[in-house]
Amino acid sequence: MTTTTNVGTRPVPATTTTRTAPPLDSSGRAAWGFLAPFGLFYVLFILGPLAYQFVSSFFATSLVRPGIGPVLGLGNYVEVLTSSVFWISVRNTLVFTVLTAVPLVLLGLILAILVNRVSRAQWLFRLAFFAPYVLPSATMALIWYFLYSPELGLIDSLLSALGVGPAAVLGNPLTVLPAIALSTIWWTLGFNFVLYLAGLQEIPRDLYEAASLDGASTWEQIRYITVPLLARTTTLVLVLQIINSLKVFDQIFIMTGGAGGPDNASIPVLMYVYNTSFTDYRVGAASAASMVFFLLILGVSAVWLTLTRRNQGQVNR
Amino acid sequence: MTATSARPSDTTPARDSATPATDRNTPDSGRTFDILCVVVLAVFVVLWVIPTLWAINASFKSNATAALGAGEILADTSWTLASYAQLLSAGNITTWLLSSAVISLTVVALTVLFASLAAYALSRLQFRYKNVVLGVILAGLMIPPQVLIVPWFQEFGALGLLNTYWAVILPAVPQVVAVFVFKQFFDGLPKEIEEAARIDGAGYWTIYRVLIMPLARPAVSAVAIFTLVVTWNDLLWPLVALTNPDIMTVPVGLATVGGTFQQRYADTMASALLGALPLLLLFLFFQRRIVEGIAGTGLKG
Repeated sequence: MTTTTNVGTRPVPATTTTRTAPPLDSSGRAAWGFLAPFGLFYVLFILGPLAYQFVSSFFATSLVRPGIGPVLGLGNYVEVLTSSVFWISVRNTLVFTVLTAVPLVLLGLILAILVNRVSRAQWLFRLAFFAPYVLPSATMALIWYFLYSPELGLIDSLLSALGVGPAAVLGNPLTVLPAIALSTIWWTLGFNFVLYLAGLQEIPRDLYEAASLDGASTWEQIRYITVPLLARTTTLVLVLQIINSLKVFDQIFIMTGGAGGPDNASIPVLMYVYNTSFTDYRVGAASAASMVFFLLILGVSAVWLTLTRRNQGQVNR
Repeated sequence: MTATSARPSDTTPARDSATPATDRNTPDSGRTFDILCVVVLAVFVVLWVIPTLWAINASFKSNATAALGAGEILADTSWTLASYAQLLSAGNITTWLLSSAVISLTVVALTVLFASLAAYALSRLQFRYKNVVLGVILAGLMIPPQVLIVPWFQEFGALGLLNTYWAVILPAVPQVVAVFVFKQFFDGLPKEIEEAARIDGAGYWTIYRVLIMPLARPAVSAVAIFTLVVTWNDLLWPLVALTNPDIMTVPVGLATVGGTFQQRYADTMASALLGALPLLLLFLFFQRRIVEGIAGTGLKG
């Protein structure tokens, strides 16, 4: 639309009648061409499979039998929701999420504030905190598996030196999740740190200068300027972190040798789905569990959307 | 970008020298706080580099030393390339690195192309149902790919593509985040450049190819880096789709075959580090751009 008005108002020589932009409906046809490749892949590998999974969650589909199998109605959901292992996996996932999300958000915030304050050698801090984030989960898991190894790992030796080892933290149902959570904090802290650092650098410097002229101490400046102004970053970091923690699989799979042990003490929801589908070959039940998990993630995203909407509303007001 | 981000640290000395005057009511609190900052940060930096350094150090010891214990590893001043030599001659790790490279680079190329094409239409072209299309794509942000492994397994089984690169490449291509990164970038470009080209009779494809994409380099590099790291490191779906050791990616190889190294810790550490080496090198050389690419793209996800 802007095209036509511009052309119309511009003082142009007579020849432009043949040189005006083609009418808008050609843009419509071109648009579908531009959208087609992504759209095709999106339908074939995201929307289609999701719809298929939704449907097959109501059938007794099996990997060892062709076809979608007999109708089960809500049978798969009843089975999943009454399975004790499923609820153990939900509990483990939630425990893991609390153990990682809280320290990751707090540590990310604190370290970013400190680095922003020191403000020298930022490359060094970025290197130290962010480099682990670039490692594949498998590399990270093998390194920490080694650190935790009873009798010979660095961490286990330190625990022994403190008189509480050899501890076999990965073999103890009480310590396995905290131990894997600690390794995850080491692994992903850099991401939150970088987001907070970016948020900090958007806070206008004169706010601090004004506050310190008014006699506000460093602590008061952090408490009443930095933290409130970072509220939006915090919401974002927290939600991204919660969703990522809920999706935990890799490090638990590797550090417990694929078992989620000892005795299911560390099995997360995704591993329950994985086992149901690829060890027990029961696709219907795995699909139902997968859909329940999807709803959980959807719920977290929905809460975030309403929160950000409300925040934006407040800013506009 | 480099210039603007470097500026805050340049201006800091000026701010510091102004602090004593403004902080008069609590003369030393600012300084004490700064020293505390440095001490706390130093502790965290040390804690954060130890695991990697420990793994690197152990990878240069013999398997026998690495299995003796932390004290013995520290005490042993000799070093050997035995683990690396053994891994490279056995060839597993080189196969995995090759698989990961083929898969990741193909995914990066297709993602950048498809996502930028779609984003161009969403940002610049007028068509019916545009808001519907935008909504449907936006909804994809809330679908974690992890919940799709079961139907993917059936789909690729039916297509006969399990245990091929395609099984990992194809579902990784439709990255909704990438569309939004490109769309946001395109929305920020002035419309005038295109209008001039349109009046000269250029088609949309020419405009996209000749005008828009050359300007979109920052968005391309952000999407490419983000996609590369995510694809290179992905474990769950490749673990399901690739069971043939000859085409396993690095994470799958480390998670399955790597597990059999259990008592050979020097070998395990060497293979874990070799698998991460390409991304680590990339990170060391393009630190700032990678951090911005991952944080900027992850933000929109």
